[in-house]
Amino acid sequence: MSETAAVGAHAHGAHAEHHELGFIRTYVFSTDHKMIGRQFLFMGLFMMILGGLLALLVRWQLAWPESEVPFTQWIPEPHMYAGHMDAAAYNSFFTMHATIMIFFVVMPILVGAFGNFLIPLMIGTRDMAFPLLNMLSFWIALFSGFIMLAGFCIPGETHAASGWTAYSPLAAVPAFTGVNAGQNLWCISLIVLGISSLMGSINYITTIINMRAPGMGFFRLPLTIWALFIVAILLLLALPVLTGALAMLLFDRMAGTSFFQPAGGGEPLLWQHLFWFFGHPEVYILILPAMGIASDILSVFSRKPIFGYRAMAFSMIGIAFLSWIVWGHHMFQSGMNPALGTTFMISTMVIAVPSAIKTFNWLGTLWGGNIIFSVPMLNALAFVSMFVIGGLSGIYMASTPVDIFIHDTYFIVAHIHYVVFGGSVFGIFAAVYFWFPKMFGRMMNETLGKIHFWPTFLAFNGTFFPMHILGIGGHMRRIYNPLQYDFLKPMQPINVFITVSALCLGVAQIPFVINFFWSLFAGKKATINPWNANTLEWDAPSPPPHGNFGEIPTVYRGPYEYSSPLVPEDFLPQSRKLAPEVSARASH
Amino acid sequence: MAASPAIQIAPKLLAPAESQVDFGARPPGTRSEPPVANARLALLLFMATETMLFAGLMGIFVVFRVGSRAWPPVGQPYLPIAVTWINTAILMASGWTMWRAAAANRRSAGAHIGTDLSATFALGSLFLAVQGFEWVRLIHHGLTLSSSVYGGTFYILIGLHALHVIGAVGWLAVVMRGVSRGRYAPASSQAVGLCGMYWGYVCALWLVLFWLAYLM
Repeated sequence: MSETAAVGAHAHGAHAEHHELGFIRTYVFSTDHKMIGRQFLFMGLFMMILGGLLALLVRWQLAWPESEVPFTQWIPEPHMYAGHMDAAAYNSFFTMHATIMIFFVVMPILVGAFGNFLIPLMIGTRDMAFPLLNMLSFWIALFSGFIMLAGFCIPGETHAASGWTAYSPLAAVPAFTGVNAGQNLWCISLIVLGISSLMGSINYITTIINMRAPGMGFFRLPLTIWALFIVAILLLLALPVLTGALAMLLFDRMAGTSFFQPAGGGEPLLWQHLFWFFGHPEVYILILPAMGIASDILSVFSRKPIFGYRAMAFSMIGIAFLSWIVWGHHMFQSGMNPALGTTFMISTMVIAVPSAIKTFNWLGTLWGGNIIFSVPMLNALAFVSMFVIGGLSGIYMASTPVDIFIHDTYFIVAHIHYVVFGGSVFGIFAAVYFWFPKMFGRMMNETLGKIHFWPTFLAFNGTFFPMHILGIGGHMRRIYNPLQYDFLKPMQPINVFITVSALCLGVAQIPFVINFFWSLFAGKKATINPWNANTLEWDAPSPPPHGNFGEIPTVYRGPYEYSSPLVPEDFLPQSRKLAPEVSARASH
Repeated sequence: MAASPAIQIAPKLLAPAESQVDFGARPPGTRSEPPVANARLALLLFMATETMLFAGLMGIFVVFRVGSRAWPPVGQPYLPIAVTWINTAILMASGWTMWRAAAANRRSAGAHIGTDLSATFALGSLFLAVQGFEWVRLIHHGLTLSSSVYGGTFYILIGLHALHVIGAVGWLAVVMRGVSRGRYAPASSQAVGLCGMYWGYVCALWLVLFWLAYLM
């Protein structure tokens, strides 16, 4: 056992039974990575409801711009006027929908919840390297969420309304959006969230490098951990750039500077460069954990080793590296030098190579497998298929000649939702269904899970696929009332179809909410390893106690040895030591 | 997925019972101790993130500097280079005393640590005082945060560094207190080493900023 593991064992294992923590220390200000993971999960799921409702408001407005939005009479002015929204409120709602979904749903759940819960369990240690820092990172994230939501409560003013990209001078000059305090709170909230994310990243990287169980080499790490490790590095290096830019945007708004305002000698394009230098890696911060999670789940439910383990790990590294150098493809329309535009176009298209490696390896994993269509597997399969569609539409936007026509249309909206909803959110669902037994000690109901999955899958495609058609038809995004434009009127039936699908998508989440809370209290008790999986978290009881493992496990092999000829059963846990003659047979 | 049926495992393929597993016999590739301690690694990562923060701000500075027809813009004062050379020497001297303290710490030569840390503290504080004095003069001459992007980038870049020095001085004060109370005995302590590492980072960063903001 390593020195750190030994210290951890002393701190947790040896004394776990001797000290009982009170309610506050157990459930509120907990330093246990598992409780912090659950806290992040609940925060993210709550915000998902909020962000989803905002999306429905936006969709209603686009389908029936002149009608009253049902059930919204209680929303005070200036957000809604007796059930109607104006352009400022519309801008505010789509801005907050995107901000909440990206920063307070996908990141907290995929990185915060599953990162915290899984990293120590999957690498075989008792807790994070810095448990107190871990606790602080959650509370700072929650504080940041409160700051963000406070923008809805400012009398006489809508929330931030410059879009999640906060392009300057729109975001820098309050007169352009009519929003002052709301936009300031938006900036402050994201700076605070950045601090929380940096704390988390430092913790994740240190834990993964230093606290792996004996035998857990880097190439024995589950791909979920590889993905979280890479994401933590991306966060660590990308977020500070945004934090600095946000601070300067705040100075522009509050201290009379003009870094991003041409009127005062500033450069609006500088904001775009700085934002997308963070923003493009951010897209991969959102999708990489889902890639890792899908890899694990596809292997478990195909009962096959993951196809090309090292290629999968290296392709994630490749994707992460390339994500640094392609930010300019978000700015093809900004008057960029054509030579520079071509460079960004080519480098962006190169990302297709590692992405294709991953996709073909997922297919290779499924090929000939003994596939079990459980709910986590269905969601993981949805992730792969939707990610492929999202990736393919990305190729069009990487190409400068095509991007000129489709930029700032609904084609972009379709693409981002295929990647972030079709990718990250199906990844979230897959992860919740898969690790729920370990997190809460109970199984989720499979029937309710399928009642959730199939309508979600169909309504998702009904919502977002037609947006490609709208976009190619020239339907701009971020417009408040499509009926104001004659050339958009023929496309209005598609807008109505999309909104009906979106409402169905919202209703389809009700079985998930019921299933989650019903299973939490009355679900079937989970066994220690209900999916017969190999990775170390399934060695710990369900749910794992304080300190996770009775004895720190020793790792003897990689995480994906399913259907191994060495053992009669179709799985071979990483920590199972085989008799010497069997190991010798394996080495020959 | 339905619960799997009970699996029959051939006894000869099974490992010894859990309690009999020899945890001392590690599989290939097992480490006995991490190459870098947790706190040191965390500080290195923190410094990496700081480097990215400053790289972004320096990028902004360069964009404005290169794109400007006159630097400083008309009506804005020149930066005081002579006194900043002296101030740079003061900070570098603090880096040297900190290096001595860290070296003494590594040798466990406790007697010198307190003196060197005190000298570092004094020099760091002097650096801040001189810089504060210069800032008052610059503001008096019309260089403010909002006077131009020249003033804005200067105060953001140099001010953020000053905040880092203030943080480093505060950290040093905590470490000095610990040393004076014998908290870190024997002297070879991680606290002094980490603080020294951060101090070195702040000094090295200043050299880059000094060249960029004052000399370029």
